[in-house]
Amino acid sequence: MAQVTRSSPVYDVVVIGSGAGGGTVTKVLADLGVSVVLLEAGPMLHPGQDFKEHMWAYDVWHRGVGPHAEGYFGRSPFTFNATYGGPHIEGEPYTVAPGSEFSWFRSRILGGRTNHYGRISLRFSDYDFKPYSTDGLGADWPITYDEISPYYDKAESFIGVTGTKEGIRSAPDGIFQTPAPMRVHDILVKKAGAKLGIPVIASRQAVITRPTNGRPPCHYCGQCGRGCVTASNYASSYVQIFPAMKTGRVKVITGAMARELLTDHAGKVKAVSYVDKATRTEQQIRCRTVVLAASSCESARLLLNSKSPRHPNGLANSSGAVGHYLTDTVASAGMTGFIPALAGMPHYNSDGYGVHAYIPWWLYDKKDKEFPRGYHIEFGGGFPMPAVGALQGVCRRHEGYGASLQKAVHEEYGATVGFGGRGEMIPNKNCYFEIDPDVVDQWGIPVPRFHWQWSEYELKQADHMQKTFRDLIEAMGGTVIGDRRGSGEARRISRGGAVIHELGTVSMGNDPKTRPLNKYCQAHDVKNLFVADAGPFVSNSDKNPTLTIIALAWRTAEYMAEEMRKGNV
Amino acid sequence: MFERTRRELLRDLGLAVMAAGSVDTAAAQHVHQMAAEDSEATGGVYKPKVFTTHEYATLERLTDLILPPEGNLPGARVAGAAVWIDMLAAVNAELAEIYTGGLARLDDSMRARSGEDFISAPPAAQTAYLDVIAYRKNKSDETAADIVFFDWARRMTVDAFYTSKIGVKALDYRGNTPQSKYQVPVEAMDYALRKSGFA
Repeated sequence: MAQVTRSSPVYDVVVIGSGAGGGTVTKVLADLGVSVVLLEAGPMLHPGQDFKEHMWAYDVWHRGVGPHAEGYFGRSPFTFNATYGGPHIEGEPYTVAPGSEFSWFRSRILGGRTNHYGRISLRFSDYDFKPYSTDGLGADWPITYDEISPYYDKAESFIGVTGTKEGIRSAPDGIFQTPAPMRVHDILVKKAGAKLGIPVIASRQAVITRPTNGRPPCHYCGQCGRGCVTASNYASSYVQIFPAMKTGRVKVITGAMARELLTDHAGKVKAVSYVDKATRTEQQIRCRTVVLAASSCESARLLLNSKSPRHPNGLANSSGAVGHYLTDTVASAGMTGFIPALAGMPHYNSDGYGVHAYIPWWLYDKKDKEFPRGYHIEFGGGFPMPAVGALQGVCRRHEGYGASLQKAVHEEYGATVGFGGRGEMIPNKNCYFEIDPDVVDQWGIPVPRFHWQWSEYELKQADHMQKTFRDLIEAMGGTVIGDRRGSGEARRISRGGAVIHELGTVSMGNDPKTRPLNKYCQAHDVKNLFVADAGPFVSNSDKNPTLTIIALAWRTAEYMAEEMRKGNV
Repeated sequence: MFERTRRELLRDLGLAVMAAGSVDTAAAQHVHQMAAEDSEATGGVYKPKVFTTHEYATLERLTDLILPPEGNLPGARVAGAAVWIDMLAAVNAELAEIYTGGLARLDDSMRARSGEDFISAPPAAQTAYLDVIAYRKNKSDETAADIVFFDWARRMTVDAFYTSKIGVKALDYRGNTPQSKYQVPVEAMDYALRKSGFA
């Protein structure tokens, strides 16, 4: 354990991590007049250099395969992705226990994964906060939908979310901007859904379609994941942190890899020890309050690595639950359909933004399902921008060469619809991580060792997704062409962590004996320690987590500011 | 829409960005630098980094058989597919081996069939052999290696061609351009609805 250096200044709040949670806390606190130091393990974001929006594949010599052609050998180089990071980060390994499979995506840049994520922004439903009360599995959240709803309002109003009011219980309505119209294939899916009793509604995307807080509206180039040069979608970097920096109350320290929280005699955090990557030296920053927003597993890792004689299991971990209740979103193998009705359609610019339509969970009242909880469906089609790998399915299916291959390419382009499910996993005791005693990263920080096992609940849910995809494709008059599911679990369901919704490892609960955080995401054991990423989630509903991270972080920041004002932390 | 240049695109976006109050000239410079590297690599006569003259000629021929000129657009050879494959082989030894080995084996197979290597054989003999190795169902002890190699050549030629300027036109992709409003053309919607039977 490091010793605290006494000479440095003491800051009011240190926020560790700059994604959706860290960005929101920073913005809200700065607006409330609180000074914040924000630590980011990656570099500063420079949109001019880091964003790849509007680039053609041919603007890069390797076209996206990677500077070592690695894309052809199973490792995506994420060439056109705005986020610097991925499951493999040089010098920052993690381990996976024998018999488990887990993939841990990390981002290392200001704004983190919000620079590239899918922008799908779904409110949790009322029942999502009370899963145990609903079906006896997992645990209830210590908060209700009504408590979080005002913060969803704030989040949606500020970042801007598209959508339409539908009155569907599994997809609570919010404060929406006018969505872009549905594309042709969306309308076909909607018509097919109507035949099957499956709702298809406008997607809820963190994209603005009218000027909002000085940001111009979307220009519909369809490249949200590459970083938006007009800031017309949400990323914590340009929507929250850059404006917050202009208040003069925010200091950003990049290249700062947090390694340990240092505590005083009363057990409160008094400093953050971090590695300055540029000099590979240990630095300390003293603080009155600390907010962990480094991503669920990084925040939990930091707590577990903050061991001391007073905190032998790590900080804020008297419950022993830190690192446990790890979940990811359930996905089955995607399925693609060839839709003859779309073949030969006049080409049009279908770029838009992300998805324009989606299927919310529709069987929440059904009692005799083969699996608990539910899933929503995301689907895509249209005439996408040419990219390396995009036509490999055609090559595999049609083989051949010359005119017959060209005919197949033309026929399928724009005439396929691909479906993917996003479902809720039940937390189980076999999914967690601990600190691997044998391995440290290049900064000398011990790394997580992941344990993972899906249960029958998730496998059956993934099977149900497959059946629904097939039903929808056939109801459109199409045929399944991209069913790549084979036998065995590996192809029946996604790998743990693959959907990049890994969360729950520093969870909330009213009982300090079982959960590390209280209902305000404040550590039961350490009053000046808060968590503002997806670590606090008690369950991983089928809804993508980002909007709820923002809403929870907003609430936590307001609570913190009030407690600081009262002198309670 | 295809005549719209990158410069125009960036100029328009520059205006949009300025309107937002965060001018970003670095973005334009970055893109121009990448484009310059690209044209430097493909402009003029390309000197292969990995392949011999014979290997490279064979590869060029192969790529043009996979995606020949179509309508008034050139095929994969003019689109630079072989250049791109050579550049990638230069940075990945495993890939280089796949191609040097695959091309040598292809010549062996052709010599066994017609007494000449691939590039020297008459076009009809070339396509007659591709008609065999372009399909997994024709796998035998004799053809297996050629089938695996042809699959590599096909997937990389398809990637190279359709991500080139010519390929983007061939595919008739109409996007990557800023729009003030998102609209779905009525004729596209009507076409699909009528054909689907949902109309």
